[in-house]
Amino acid sequence: MVHVFNVKDLYFAVDTHSGLVHVLDKIVYGLLTDEIFKEENKYRNLYDTYGETSIKEALTEIQYLIDNNMLYTQDMDHESKIQPVIKAMCLNMTHDCNLRCRYCFASQGTYKGEKAYLSFETGKKAFNYLVKNSGKRRNLEVDFFGGEPLMNFETIKKLVDYGRSLEKEYNKHFRFTITTNGLLLDEEKTDYINENMDNVVLSLDGRKEINDKMRKTVKGTGSYDLIIDKYKKFISKRGKKDYFIRGTFTSNNPDFSEDVKHLREAGFDKISLEPVVAKPEEAYALKEEHVDVLKKEYEKLAEYYIESNKDKNKSFQFFHFNIELDGGPCIYKRSVGCGAGTEYVAVTPSGDFYPCHQFVGEEEFIIGNVDEGITNHLIVEKLKNVSVYDKPACRACWAKYFCSGGCHANAYNFNKDFSIPYGVGCELEKKRVELSIYIKAMMSQ
Amino acid sequence: MKYIKTLNKNKLTDNISSKGCGECQTSCQSACKTSCTVGNQKCEK
Repeated sequence: MVHVFNVKDLYFAVDTHSGLVHVLDKIVYGLLTDEIFKEENKYRNLYDTYGETSIKEALTEIQYLIDNNMLYTQDMDHESKIQPVIKAMCLNMTHDCNLRCRYCFASQGTYKGEKAYLSFETGKKAFNYLVKNSGKRRNLEVDFFGGEPLMNFETIKKLVDYGRSLEKEYNKHFRFTITTNGLLLDEEKTDYINENMDNVVLSLDGRKEINDKMRKTVKGTGSYDLIIDKYKKFISKRGKKDYFIRGTFTSNNPDFSEDVKHLREAGFDKISLEPVVAKPEEAYALKEEHVDVLKKEYEKLAEYYIESNKDKNKSFQFFHFNIELDGGPCIYKRSVGCGAGTEYVAVTPSGDFYPCHQFVGEEEFIIGNVDEGITNHLIVEKLKNVSVYDKPACRACWAKYFCSGGCHANAYNFNKDFSIPYGVGCELEKKRVELSIYIKAMMSQ
Repeated sequence: MKYIKTLNKNKLTDNISSKGCGECQTSCQSACKTSCTVGNQKCEK
């Protein structure tokens, strides 16, 4: 399978099954488009434009790639070697929040239920389950999530200590992440997080007026002014450790590249801005009709990204433009999907396990709990069988090894079927992959 | 090659017998939480 595309005057071919990305001369691009290189009566028509000699030289190069499994490589249906074990947890430290973001998938933190806080005892049981059920995997990931996790900060500190105390005995290494709205960040929490968390996700949507339209305080006022300086202070003390300032864009700001610019100009250099996932009836939802505009906006963002990254002082990372063409995950990882329910569970304050945070509150998706472990094997088995080879749309898609089949929760929420991916998400993902490749080529010139 | 430049050095199909350790990050844990991207992750080996 080969995907041929261009961005401006650069031409590319992605050979899906080898993962190779080729930058093409316009002649080769012409020959690969609609596979006209296979039919002499068609490619002869290009002789007038490019000359017979050039066409024949280009055909020789195409044939070389084919002969060396670098183009039109056959898929091998790599049956997964990865025996999935639970190695990552999203700990919902609270089902409560001190903001009232309008687009919150978690019903303003409560996940359609009562307010609740995860206790140290429940967290301990979750960690015990994780170290005992993660097989030979050494690296374990825990994301302190919510609601707003800093509302349960003392328990987080105890759990970090507890996790560290288990590492030696079980030969494990915990990698902690916290996802916060920043409202409760003070000097003590800033220092603690910078010392103990491997990664931090700081929520903010960009420009003040955009952020404040969706990210409201309990009183209904905007949250931008309460948070921005806390984040600036936080990252000034972060050093080289990972963090992302992470926002959401909606149909309110299809010009979201302006929000990325705003965040960059405010001093943040690791930025992630995600399309909102919302029911189509919501006024702020992104729908099929927005896709073309959003693709153009990603193109605009790519140009800004390339320009900024020419200057060390202005350079930054945009999460979805990061692409690993050589040091990335293996084919097995790329084919098995996100790991929800098979490698990753979300844990609620009551100790229930869900396949991921997006399912929390949908009780039919409870797959176990901290006392009994996994109990609902039916759902887990279903989730084990939705690799890119199991989903017809993914099997036929050139980008399948970049997204590994997309988000299971989105597939279910939009199509009531794990095996039918969320179409709008797919379109945007493919555009981001194309642009990431374009950026890579531009920056390697 | 005069007309084609390949950006990567390694194929996904290279040395696959030594791959599949499963030590890599769970894809949703990094910065998205609403999508799934593996193309930007790193192999832990």
